[in-house]
Amino acid sequence: MKYLKLLISFVPVVGVFYALNTKLGTVPPLGKFLNPSSGIWQNETDESITGEIGIPGLTENVTVHYDELIIPHVFAQNEHDLYKAQGYLTAKHRLWQLEFQTHAAAGRLSEIFGEAALEYDRTERRRGMGYGAEQAIAFMEQYDTETLGFVQDYADGVNAYIDQLRPEDYPVEYKLLDYEPEAWTPKKTALLLMYMTKMLAGYDDDLEYTNMLRLVGKENFKLLFPDFFDRTEPVIPNDTDWSFIDVPQTELPGSQAVLDTIIETIDKPHPDNGSNNWAVSGARSVTGNPILANDPHLGLKLPAIWFVMQLSTPDHNVFGATIPGALSVISGFNQHIAWGETNATRDVIDWYKIEFNEDRTQYKYDDKWKDVTVRVEDIKIKDKENYKDSVLYTHHGPVVYDKNFKSDNERSGYAMRWIGHDGGNNQKTFIELNKAKNYEDYVDALQYWNAPAQNFVFASTTGDIALWIQGKFPNKWEGQGKFLMDGSDPENDWQSYIPQKFNAYTKNPERGFVSSANQHPVDENYPYYVFNDGYETYRNRVINAFFNSKEKFSVQDFRDLHNNTHNLKAEELVPYMLEQMDFSSLSEDEKEIYREIKAWRFNNDIDEVGPSIWRQWYGALYELLWDEFNDENTALTSPFTYQTIYLLKHHGNHPFMDVLATQDKVETAKDLFLMAFKEAASQLKEIKEEKGDYIWANYKGTYVGHLLQALPAFSKLDIPIGGDRNIVNATSENHGPSWRMIVEMTSPPTALGIYPGGQSGNPGSKYYDNFIDDWAAGRYHSLNFLQSNEASSAIIGTQTLIPMDHD
Amino acid sequence: MTKNSSNFIVTIVLAGTLSLFLPWWSVMTAALVTSLFIPLKRTAVFFVPFFGILLFWAVYCFILSSANDFTLAKKIGQLLQIGGNPYLLILVTGILGGMAAGVAAIFGKQIVLLGKKG
Repeated sequence: MKYLKLLISFVPVVGVFYALNTKLGTVPPLGKFLNPSSGIWQNETDESITGEIGIPGLTENVTVHYDELIIPHVFAQNEHDLYKAQGYLTAKHRLWQLEFQTHAAAGRLSEIFGEAALEYDRTERRRGMGYGAEQAIAFMEQYDTETLGFVQDYADGVNAYIDQLRPEDYPVEYKLLDYEPEAWTPKKTALLLMYMTKMLAGYDDDLEYTNMLRLVGKENFKLLFPDFFDRTEPVIPNDTDWSFIDVPQTELPGSQAVLDTIIETIDKPHPDNGSNNWAVSGARSVTGNPILANDPHLGLKLPAIWFVMQLSTPDHNVFGATIPGALSVISGFNQHIAWGETNATRDVIDWYKIEFNEDRTQYKYDDKWKDVTVRVEDIKIKDKENYKDSVLYTHHGPVVYDKNFKSDNERSGYAMRWIGHDGGNNQKTFIELNKAKNYEDYVDALQYWNAPAQNFVFASTTGDIALWIQGKFPNKWEGQGKFLMDGSDPENDWQSYIPQKFNAYTKNPERGFVSSANQHPVDENYPYYVFNDGYETYRNRVINAFFNSKEKFSVQDFRDLHNNTHNLKAEELVPYMLEQMDFSSLSEDEKEIYREIKAWRFNNDIDEVGPSIWRQWYGALYELLWDEFNDENTALTSPFTYQTIYLLKHHGNHPFMDVLATQDKVETAKDLFLMAFKEAASQLKEIKEEKGDYIWANYKGTYVGHLLQALPAFSKLDIPIGGDRNIVNATSENHGPSWRMIVEMTSPPTALGIYPGGQSGNPGSKYYDNFIDDWAAGRYHSLNFLQSNEASSAIIGTQTLIPMDHD
Repeated sequence: MTKNSSNFIVTIVLAGTLSLFLPWWSVMTAALVTSLFIPLKRTAVFFVPFFGILLFWAVYCFILSSANDFTLAKKIGQLLQIGGNPYLLILVTGILGGMAAGVAAIFGKQIVLLGKKG
């Protein structure tokens, strides 16, 4: 009896222990998670910014001054110590994000989330993310051990931090998901750079274009997707003289596109990933100093993608935005120069149809059989057996689609040729830019940059401004890689690369300013093949019009331009629609909305209703117009906005205008305007009934979401900010200016900067999201560019990292 | 001092000490060990360690969280869908700890009874 009682009393012990120690579904193990000694209550703290910390492997003391924004100002005695300190400090403030992003890059999320993430992981691995990272490391091992040494220093710094942690110190997210940080390696830095490459040079529509071409034919395809729009205001001005280029474009072979049907394609990066940058020369600046600005548009995330730092040694002193996982400053300034990036959006992904032999060990090439190599991707899955995915590699690259993935053809597949797989030394570009003293150093630094291709804007204290479009670009024949190509024909391979010195650039142009906003890099006179691969067509024109509107510009003008909400896209279509549309049939409610949009001045400010009406109206119109490209069984795409508006205005009677669902009637653009307007009006009415109004701030509901699927508790919601995609202030729902920087080239430079986040990655810190309100209001922080290792009045805490012997 | 209050105090002190070396289940160990040496009767077997650990955890949580304006507690409350009131989260934490301690103490009591001559 007693034994039975003992046994019965043991059952609740086991039960309670199990329930509190185990992650059940999405509920964290509550005992581990909530106990005050090692659970989340230990994260209820902000940053420690004083005292001394021993770091193994440092050669000398490193001083870290923190200002009230918790920006670390790092003073090291040499570069090795500097990058160790950068690794250490990044981990200290952003450890979970640092690791999570590289897990995401490597296709390792199933380890954390279980089988739900398997499809994602397979996609990333088939995209060759890990393969590309290994190529980058191999390149550095062979050609640049100095840079690899710095990457190792950074890893040592991150690991010094991880080694100091006790489980109670782990960031909240580890406790929530019940796992532990692992050691950092140089490969993880390479993976992070691959992640950026994917984000910015991982978008392509080649397979969709192939389907489109088959569906609509050559003529219509050209109408829908022209290589150049009717008007181009390229990054490098139209009148540029290219006569110095003496290497011709690759000659056109007799090659034809392969008109396969592709049902489904892999996930793509956000199409709005882009940016603005510009600089004015001294002659066009109120103070006589050049001024430079940069604002990269990325997903708005917490912890933020950027971490701001000052990094200095006795030989250089640099300030700006870093990316956790990469060394040095990415967008910033030093005592001599300032620089920033926008995405150059070039077609550096091509697809090849591969024909295999019977047992898929060889593929056809140049009328012979060539061996495939197999890379086995071993994917760990939480609480399950590993999943092994064999990816076949050809000389083009990985066969992403084959019978094991999104295709059922036994004997064929599609191989991806991507510049991201080429290895390279991207990290060196930033390390060198950080130290650059003038235009020549800047150009030298750029030569190492392969991908993602960027428009690097530049200004110096000595008065130069410039903009280079830098990347490693294949020298393509006319039309190459717009569609799926036959992978067995050597003529379809990338034949050579555009020599780096012939990349497009402009230095001190006569107009006195340089600018880029992801638009066309060049006009048709550039001697190499460049086609419209999703170029932006609105922000660039607003920016350039601003710089053509008056003679001299100040920092305040730059701020105004960053926050400019002019909706040029709407301005180019709404008046036309209002003029064309027959509004006699509108109801009273609809007439009210009609009056509202008519009164709108095309500014996407928070208290306007015009932007919401425009969104609904254009959205409905776009759907109606391109209804023929809405097919579940084929991967298709629709024309870009600019061309859509062009066609509506110039080809209003084209058969594409017809709505397929209405069989008894043939619609024209004019009919579509009215149909779309009525649909928009009914949607808006619904929104109004549900939420009270549809003013822009509420309609858009901008939010900065936590990296874990925007977990509301760790996100910042309903942020009142204007703008939208295709507007200079490019803030849409969850995407926009992720870092705003303005640098005036005084000696030393004076700078403003802000980003929608905070320096801390800890949701328990008051520094987690403390910049967001100021960012939304269009305010900036003055950046305290310390000129010597002395705590100025702006410094609120100083920490010293001291060398410590290895155990 | 009554057995109840000494058990109460010893459970807390032991739990505090063990938590320096052991994970969260240190509170179960503390309650179990205490129940072996200071056995209690009837409902006190459960409720004395229950309230002991509840108090210990709640006070500890309060000290940590109030020093930081309850910033994280509010978010975790929201995350666990019990609302943004930090005191509720503190209470829930305390109850979970107390429950774990209580069931361990009941088990301890049965061990003690086993040792006694029947």
